[in-house]
Amino acid sequence: MSAAEAALRARTTRNAWLLVTPALVVLSAAAIAPLALVLVYSFLTPGDYGNVVWSFSLNGWQKVVVERDIFDETLHLAEAHLTIFWRSVSLSLVTTVLSFFAGFPTAWFIATRPANQRAIWLFLITLPFWTNLLIRTFAINQIIRNEGLLNTLLLNLGVISTPLQMTYTEGALLVGMVYVYLPLMVLPLYAALERFDLRLLEAAYDLYATRWQVLTRVVLPIARPGIVAGSILVFVPCLGAYVTPRLLGGGKLMMLGNFIELQFGQGRNWPLGAALSIVLLVIVMAALLVYVRAINGEKRHG
Amino acid sequence: MAANIISARNLVKAFGSGDFAVRALDTVSIDIRPGEFFTLLGPSGCGKTTLLRLFAGFEMPSAGTILLDGEDVTVLPPNRRPINTVFQSYALFPHLSVAENVGFALKMQGKPRAEIAETVGRMLALVRLEAMAGRKITQLSGGQQQRVALARALAPHPKVLLLDEPLSALDLKLRKEMQIELKRLQHETGITFIFVTHDQEEALTMSDRIAVMSAGKVQQVGTPKEIYTHPVNRFVAAFIGETNFLDAVGEAGGARLTTGDLIAVEGVLHGPVTVAIRPEQLRLVAPETAGALAATVRDLVYFGTDTHCHMALSDGTALTARLQSPASGDIGLSVGDRVGVLPMPGAAQMLRT
Repeated sequence: MSAAEAALRARTTRNAWLLVTPALVVLSAAAIAPLALVLVYSFLTPGDYGNVVWSFSLNGWQKVVVERDIFDETLHLAEAHLTIFWRSVSLSLVTTVLSFFAGFPTAWFIATRPANQRAIWLFLITLPFWTNLLIRTFAINQIIRNEGLLNTLLLNLGVISTPLQMTYTEGALLVGMVYVYLPLMVLPLYAALERFDLRLLEAAYDLYATRWQVLTRVVLPIARPGIVAGSILVFVPCLGAYVTPRLLGGGKLMMLGNFIELQFGQGRNWPLGAALSIVLLVIVMAALLVYVRAINGEKRHG
Repeated sequence: MAANIISARNLVKAFGSGDFAVRALDTVSIDIRPGEFFTLLGPSGCGKTTLLRLFAGFEMPSAGTILLDGEDVTVLPPNRRPINTVFQSYALFPHLSVAENVGFALKMQGKPRAEIAETVGRMLALVRLEAMAGRKITQLSGGQQQRVALARALAPHPKVLLLDEPLSALDLKLRKEMQIELKRLQHETGITFIFVTHDQEEALTMSDRIAVMSAGKVQQVGTPKEIYTHPVNRFVAAFIGETNFLDAVGEAGGARLTTGDLIAVEGVLHGPVTVAIRPEQLRLVAPETAGALAATVRDLVYFGTDTHCHMALSDGTALTARLQSPASGDIGLSVGDRVGVLPMPGAAQMLRT
């Protein structure tokens, strides 16, 4: 290597580091350091008025799954906690599935519009993002609450005689979450379907596939990266959802996000909150692992 | 088996509606015999691909009927016609392996696994891709993808195989190889091939019969020889090979050219006509030779195997002769030379202007 080449290479390397420095600073200050702090807090003793006492304890982690009886000090499964875990995971899964069934036809519709019309449809899909999430959720509440739009309409039409209880039900939670996260499903699905070669439909149809087989044997397998990406993008934020279960589920239908908040607030058990946060992180990591596997599988098998 | 494997009657396909309707196909009737290599030839926009898509079932005709082996299939969807297509873009399934692509149709038909494996093996052997069975489509070259597309369409043993300009994406050398390969496949499988192309040389070398199409209509159907030697109109004569067109007036004994010369012509038409003569059917002789047209050499273009001699007749009418190049490469003419031009017997065709 000549001196000039060596100098050029050194300069290129130095520039690359300079360019990446802001991102590194932000990531370590805003993500890695707080995360490390959360991990440390989860092994400390809760303070009497919140915060932590700097002495090692496994109580936080223990409390994630078991409870100590206040009278006889025996340990038993914390059923309330497990219910919240199960509700978070199952509601997130159902939200993901519903978003897929609502989002796939939408994405297909947009992807098959003439190229110059697609931007306007995508804009309409992302329109809700322009309004604050809190306000949108309150708006849903206005529609479905007992004195709300829907109930008033049904009452006046004589369809029902007493208002339907829709808020503070799992159904309300699902409607709210599907509404909030649907665009996150539609966009990756659209990206996958937009690249889909429509001539493959004719080819499959020509080779004796029925319409259903064309969908299940050709369209869905080819759109798989988009389906997986969309599912992850919906599932992960659903797991940690806070605003939607808080407003539409009331205090009754708590999800992991609300439960964690509770520990840092009224619960005054920061180590438990920290441990729960780590559990949430692990579930998200597991979901991402499934994603990476699915994408790699795609590469291996074609 | 019916006398014709495909019999199309008065097919019309209009796109758009009302005053804006465009007739891509205008009352086309065509009969294709079992086991033949039939080519639809024409410039882009002539309706040949539309006709193919009607045969496949991707489009429904605005009017007319299609009989497949004597049965009316006009409104059957593509998945219920024993007709398969090799697409111009191949349209192979990127998520499936070579073997899975070839076995796709059989799987859709619900054939047993063992039978699918056996047929796929036979098809891959037919197109000489046995070693590639487990490969991904994206790992194949263009020529190999072409072969997979052929094997995939042939695997369910259709009554008719449609080929939509399948060779247009290949380079010249590969195209020549695939032309021979296609003929071999057609021979070995005995399946009727309907081949769409805009390449007249490809059509001439490969087909049993050709339908020349233009502006949504079939201009002429015939063997390559019939079409080349006896084109029915000026369009066919111009589209297939190169031709000299001379304005003339038909009269007893031949055609009177604008130069005043009378030349012997096949066919007897009276009134204004066009005389068509292939450039390779012209001989150059000494000027003043009896019966020869007087001409002046304007340009000489060397093509290797032959030399094109562009000339002007006495009234300025342009005429081109294709002369075989001698071993030395020098045909002994130069620009400005006066020559006599003599059409070979039977070479001049008279067409209605």
